[in-house]
Amino acid sequence: MPVVDKCPHQNMNEIAAILKNQGTGRDACVKVLQEIQGIFGYLPAAALQYVTDHSQITKRQIYGVATFYERFRFKPLGRHHVQVCRGTACHVRGAPMIIDAVAEELHLHGVEDTTEDGEFTFEKIACFGACALAPVTVTDGQTRGAMTADKMRKLLKKIASQAKTAHATDQPCPRSTMPTN
Amino acid sequence: MKTVSLTIDGRTVTVPAGTSVLNAARTFGIDIPHLCFDPRVEAIGSCRMCVVRVEGARGLVTSCTATVAEGMKVVTEDDEIALRRKHVLELILSDHCSTCMGCDKSGACRLQDYAYQYGADQNRFGVVVPKATGRNFTTLNQGILFAADKCIKCGLCVKYCETVQMAEALTFAWRANRTEVTTPFDEDLHKTSCEACGGCIRVCPVGAMLDKNAVGRGRDSDLSRVKTICPYCGVGCQMDLLVDKRRNRIVRVTSTPDAPINGGNLCVKGHFGLDYVSSPERLMHPLIRTSNGFRQATWDEAIEFVGRRLREIRDQHGPDSLAFISSARCPNEENYLVQKLARTAGATNNVDNCATSCHAPTVAGLAAAFGSGAMTNSVSEIKDCDVMFLIGANPTAAHPIIGLEMKRALRRGAKLIVCDPRKTWLAKRAHIHIQHRPGSDNMLINAILRCILDEGLADLEFVANRCEDFAGFQQNLESINIEAAATYCGVEAELIRAAARMYATGKPSAIFYTLGITEHSCGTDNVKNIANLAMLCGQIGKWASGVNPLRGQNNVQGACDMGAMAHKLPGYQDWTEPAVRAKFEQAWGVALPQNQGGKVPIFIAAAGRGDLKALYIVGEDVVATEPNQSKVIKELGQLELLVCQEIFLTETAKLAHVVLPGACWAEKDGTFSASERRMQLIRKAVDPPGEAKADWEILCLVSTAMGYPMHYDSPSLIFDEMVSLSPIFGGMSHARIGERGLQWPCPTPDHPGTPFLHVGKFTRGKGRFHAITFQPQKEEPCEDYPLILSTGRTLYNYNNGSMTRKSAVIHQRDPGNFVEIHPATAAHHGIQADDKVVVTTRRGQVTGRAVIGNRVRPDIIWMPFHFAEEPTNNVTNDVFDPITATAEYKCCAARLGKL
Repeated sequence: MPVVDKCPHQNMNEIAAILKNQGTGRDACVKVLQEIQGIFGYLPAAALQYVTDHSQITKRQIYGVATFYERFRFKPLGRHHVQVCRGTACHVRGAPMIIDAVAEELHLHGVEDTTEDGEFTFEKIACFGACALAPVTVTDGQTRGAMTADKMRKLLKKIASQAKTAHATDQPCPRSTMPTN
Repeated sequence: MKTVSLTIDGRTVTVPAGTSVLNAARTFGIDIPHLCFDPRVEAIGSCRMCVVRVEGARGLVTSCTATVAEGMKVVTEDDEIALRRKHVLELILSDHCSTCMGCDKSGACRLQDYAYQYGADQNRFGVVVPKATGRNFTTLNQGILFAADKCIKCGLCVKYCETVQMAEALTFAWRANRTEVTTPFDEDLHKTSCEACGGCIRVCPVGAMLDKNAVGRGRDSDLSRVKTICPYCGVGCQMDLLVDKRRNRIVRVTSTPDAPINGGNLCVKGHFGLDYVSSPERLMHPLIRTSNGFRQATWDEAIEFVGRRLREIRDQHGPDSLAFISSARCPNEENYLVQKLARTAGATNNVDNCATSCHAPTVAGLAAAFGSGAMTNSVSEIKDCDVMFLIGANPTAAHPIIGLEMKRALRRGAKLIVCDPRKTWLAKRAHIHIQHRPGSDNMLINAILRCILDEGLADLEFVANRCEDFAGFQQNLESINIEAAATYCGVEAELIRAAARMYATGKPSAIFYTLGITEHSCGTDNVKNIANLAMLCGQIGKWASGVNPLRGQNNVQGACDMGAMAHKLPGYQDWTEPAVRAKFEQAWGVALPQNQGGKVPIFIAAAGRGDLKALYIVGEDVVATEPNQSKVIKELGQLELLVCQEIFLTETAKLAHVVLPGACWAEKDGTFSASERRMQLIRKAVDPPGEAKADWEILCLVSTAMGYPMHYDSPSLIFDEMVSLSPIFGGMSHARIGERGLQWPCPTPDHPGTPFLHVGKFTRGKGRFHAITFQPQKEEPCEDYPLILSTGRTLYNYNNGSMTRKSAVIHQRDPGNFVEIHPATAAHHGIQADDKVVVTTRRGQVTGRAVIGNRVRPDIIWMPFHFAEEPTNNVTNDVFDPITATAEYKCCAARLGKL
């Protein structure tokens, strides 16, 4: 999933193009949602509104489908994407400690998966299929094997300090207004 | 129909092909246990309770989704099936809050019944503590309560909402053990597309979806069940009132799938709109006007006063000095008595009912064309239509259960043509939507007729054999140019042609229309032209094919049936015919009056001139419903005597000299005539408040006080008298009507009733074509009043709002008057959504909230008329159809401004 940060309100012609490609019938729902998430990294409220206004896909259907599949999300991804494997091999080699460390470092407890400043999104993965490297993590697309809780904390601190300087002058993109649980 | 024979539990049964095994078993009384099945909803097949053994099939099959096959052998229960059912129940119970003691559904809960029947152990799989019942999507809802801890995720409510009501307000979210019923994005239910039909409550097999206001007020076993007919709109839905006799209150409402017209479906008004019955605002004592307001009076005093004054006015000023307005909300028996009172004690034909404001052009127009002015088909035929042609009708709002049948027809692949200036729910889903400007209906229909003739789509054989006066009709159409007509209507000519082709070639097609056709100064012409269209294509006199006016009020059909109108006696008999006169004169023991008699607007105008001295109104609020309100109030003020028989102190009753408190629909027995000509029984559920009396009792007292003694022991005896005088109802009685109702004509006691009219022959013999020339509306937009104001009904409120506006559920959805405005018009006037706007016409002003959207054309604004504090009829145009005196509510010139 590419980490893209676009302002959804300015990109309605891209949504229109998706509907043109995938059709406006109800059966196009999953494909349309996938493509929208492909562009924005999440399902922005404005984009979904456009879809319900211009196709037979309804809000009810979107909510049912998007909550059923774990990969769909209603909130923007953080600028950095941290994935930790919790497959059997990783689990026995200490993944729970890594998961705890990340949660603590990023102050992410409960159902929330993205830090308030929008820097990090933390995702627990069922299995990467790289069990020989267990415990495995993937951070912004880069795979790291034989991870430990300490190494993970250091990595997150490093990314955070780099981010501070890099984004000092950035204009943040307006956040989604989609209500969530 | 193809049938299939199969064996169920050793018994052979023959059912139509395509029936499910579960339904086949039900037809002869084997009720296979089920949780996620309901006859109103297509089979879901998720609960696994209805599993049966089919010989030769692998494993057990779900009987709700399995269709019957020739020679199939089914066992509905054996030891293994029972064990499987027990396991299913134990799994459900593991996360179901099983404290039945506090549940309204206890005693009527299928889960509770089956758990008992199969001895399910609720601890077998351990108890997953159900989610704490915190805030959810119904927390702020006035009518619906969702108890998440009791939900068994059967999916019935979601499926009903999605496929039957098609409101799509409910959904399943998440998956596996996190699955929950909720709204899209967990929004509050009343802010979603929910239409508050209560369907989720009616189909829920357990106590998860509940009537919020009935919680703790009685389980089924504590309440008595009274089968009756809904008091709103002309569809005629059967409903069950659950009544607490001890507290004299209707606790909640439901409907069962065997209900004849509605099949167990109700709309928001029926399910949630009955609070008015026990409203503290009900009138409880007779009131007499004094110099400083009303004072409470005794019945004796009030009746003596009314009887004496009516007698004096009649004797002094003659038959045209007094008039009676009957109520389309009262049962047939009372309508019969009002016209009998007028014609005997009153010695006048001055009797009318609210049909004049709505469907009088139907009665006049269809009677002229076919000989009978009513729906030609039944509601149950709608699902079999191939093409539905709607013009000036918005059934999903005004006749919601007919709307449901149309939705069902759409799902079955029917084609839909909607001619409506507004983009209504059905118009959005129509195959062809002709958004013509208000008042151009006849131009449009003439263009369609012309196209049908031009393209050789007419059924000339039908025309030749069944109809007359075709030549003049044909000649009249020669001057019609489709392109020019399209330009006038503001639509594309090709759309008109496509509609003509689709309607003419439908197998079969049916026309449905409502007040968009009749509430014009050319209403009767509009109706006649619709009759022309049906006859030209031979689309009438068949199953699912005909002309269907959808009647407005619960018993407006009945008010007409009972002769509560000047020109007809009960059963549409003509009082000018000597034989008819003789029959009635003998039965009633008086000479029938000879005066022509008038109609509601004519009465009001005569009152203004001082010609009419006394007006007796039963259950009508003419101040709220007649056009040009301030003028109406002034004119009624001239009366020497205004008597109102009412349940609330309506705007009209406030002007009365005497107000007599009536019993409402739930407080008396009688019959209503539904739009499809079906007479159905209403039954007394509660006692009237205070001293209020049933209207038929009051009418008898007034008649006796006027010197014409009238006495009946019960409404069924009034009905019997009416039947003995009316050949088309000749075979009816309360006993025969029973729970299923009877559709007239029903001339003899062995006649089964008539589902659709004009088979083989029209009522009047030959169907008559009328040459209709286009008449424009009386008030065209101009520089000062550049917009067209059209009015109508919302889904939530009903008529003058005196009944519906007592309901908190309805208030939450439709709290006050509003104006629908096109975005371009709004921008032009600098109006934002929810701004307070003022609409001005030549007659006055009215305010409302701005609702901006593309439901209306840019040249139109639209308003409902339900709100007494912001009365839309203050501005509507008091010009009338020359034949029926129906006002032009649907278009007048108006100006829009910000308040």
